[in-house]
Amino acid sequence: MNMLKQILKDRLAGVSLFIVAITIAAGAFAPWLAPHDPNHIHMELRYAGPSWDFPLGNDHLGRDVLSRLIFGIRPSVLYVFAALLASVCMGAIVGFIAGYFRGRTDAVLMRVVDAMLSFPGYVLTLALIGMLGVGLENILIAFVLSKWAWFARIIRTSVMQIAETDYIKYSKTIGVGHLSIMARHIVPVSLPDIAVIASSAFGSMVLQISGFSFLGLGIQAPHAEWGMMLNEARTVMFSKPELMLAPGLTIILVVSAINFLSDALQGALDPKLMSSKAKFQARTAVSAARLQGKEVA
Amino acid sequence: MLSVEGVEKFYKKGGLFARDIQHVLKNISFSCGDGECLGIIGESGSGKSTLGRLLLGIEQPARGTIRFDGANVMDRGARSGRISAVFQDYTSSMNPFFRVEEVIKEPLRLRKIGHQAVQDKIDQLLHQVGLNSTYRKKYPHELSGGEAQRVSLARAVATEPKLIVLDEAISSLDGSVQIQVLDLLRSLRQLYNMSYIFITHDIQAAAYLCDSVLIIRDGQIEEMAKIEQLKNVQSAYAKKLLRMIMT
Repeated sequence: MNMLKQILKDRLAGVSLFIVAITIAAGAFAPWLAPHDPNHIHMELRYAGPSWDFPLGNDHLGRDVLSRLIFGIRPSVLYVFAALLASVCMGAIVGFIAGYFRGRTDAVLMRVVDAMLSFPGYVLTLALIGMLGVGLENILIAFVLSKWAWFARIIRTSVMQIAETDYIKYSKTIGVGHLSIMARHIVPVSLPDIAVIASSAFGSMVLQISGFSFLGLGIQAPHAEWGMMLNEARTVMFSKPELMLAPGLTIILVVSAINFLSDALQGALDPKLMSSKAKFQARTAVSAARLQGKEVA
Repeated sequence: MLSVEGVEKFYKKGGLFARDIQHVLKNISFSCGDGECLGIIGESGSGKSTLGRLLLGIEQPARGTIRFDGANVMDRGARSGRISAVFQDYTSSMNPFFRVEEVIKEPLRLRKIGHQAVQDKIDQLLHQVGLNSTYRKKYPHELSGGEAQRVSLARAVATEPKLIVLDEAISSLDGSVQIQVLDLLRSLRQLYNMSYIFITHDIQAAAYLCDSVLIIRDGQIEEMAKIEQLKNVQSAYAKKLLRMIMT
């Protein structure tokens, strides 16, 4: 609750949170929200402009662009989010173990991570698609396999800092077990760091999956996906630019909202913002301001 | 109660394949009896904090043994709640997301006592370290250095340990607050009949609190002396240290 308040204080972050929340909800309830079947073809409405029935117009097969946008949230945002969670979890487990136990465990795990990181991400994804075949699931698998190492590295650094603090030393001293130290101290304290890096990776993953779909490597027709919609509109880029505008702007909007939100999270999750008596402090600030006002007068 | 025999500690400098080895502690042996207060004095880099970590069982000595009531101090069960610690850096001595009451509750968990008993105990502990129960809801960053160190002390004595290792526990506090905390340490010691191992670079503070001191230099014990005989130290290094605070 406190965190939500902190985010809403920043207007830009509030708007971003709103956009992200709306997007996720729209994706989850797509069958109820979308005005038409996204795959239903009306050849008589090819390239039709916006109308009351089809607010964003129709594409080259006369399908409703708005419905396709809404259904496109699922692969573009929701499945990416699931892949992100999976890779963060993998990275977190490795990072926690390496950063907490250090020594030989750390050395071995980090060499594995180094090996994973030595493959360029795009090339690894393309290679996996080459082996497993074209399709959204394979891109998501490739994402998980190529991103976890990066998360592991960052989370390890954060855990190392926390593991050196005196409260961890104290817990070890009085004989608290490793697992409960992790659960009670390390996971909650490192969670803000993890949330920030995960949310910033989220934006770039959404872009990447749209990029792969644009290249025709991701989700297959007739299913809707933002990157694929861009690709389909490419042939009429100059005669019907609005067909590119709709998915393009949606991608820009959602990715920027995620990025702004991840920026705001960094501030909002600072433990120093927590207060035992928030109201009291606000009141003293007001009275201090009043005092200053008097001095000036 | 605590006996240290022939303890050595090395650290590898650099990475995985580093050959450069630093010899931090060389053949350290001493013992500390029940209710005794032993000061460990040394300059920075002398290995005194490393020794502190070894005594607490969070690091393993390369050679030698540290026994606490007959059991190896590395054994978690043997330590459980009977050894405690207060550290130097009051900004990192408490989990930043915990309120004061949660901080003190942590060691009480090990005791497996009822909810109401825990609540009463927290109030009692806060009272003993000179804080009132309005501090229960505060977060660590809302405390001053002295208050934070008092909370750390309350947490340290919560399980009524037999030994507390104080690693530079007062060094980051202001002069007058240092005296207050030292006095508090004295009264708590009487109350609970605990032993202290007081690791510091400050001879005066050690002389104020301790029964005997151990002077350590470059990882070796330079001299061990009773506080009453501190004036008659033999080694040149100890004499030099003493002269420095006289002038």
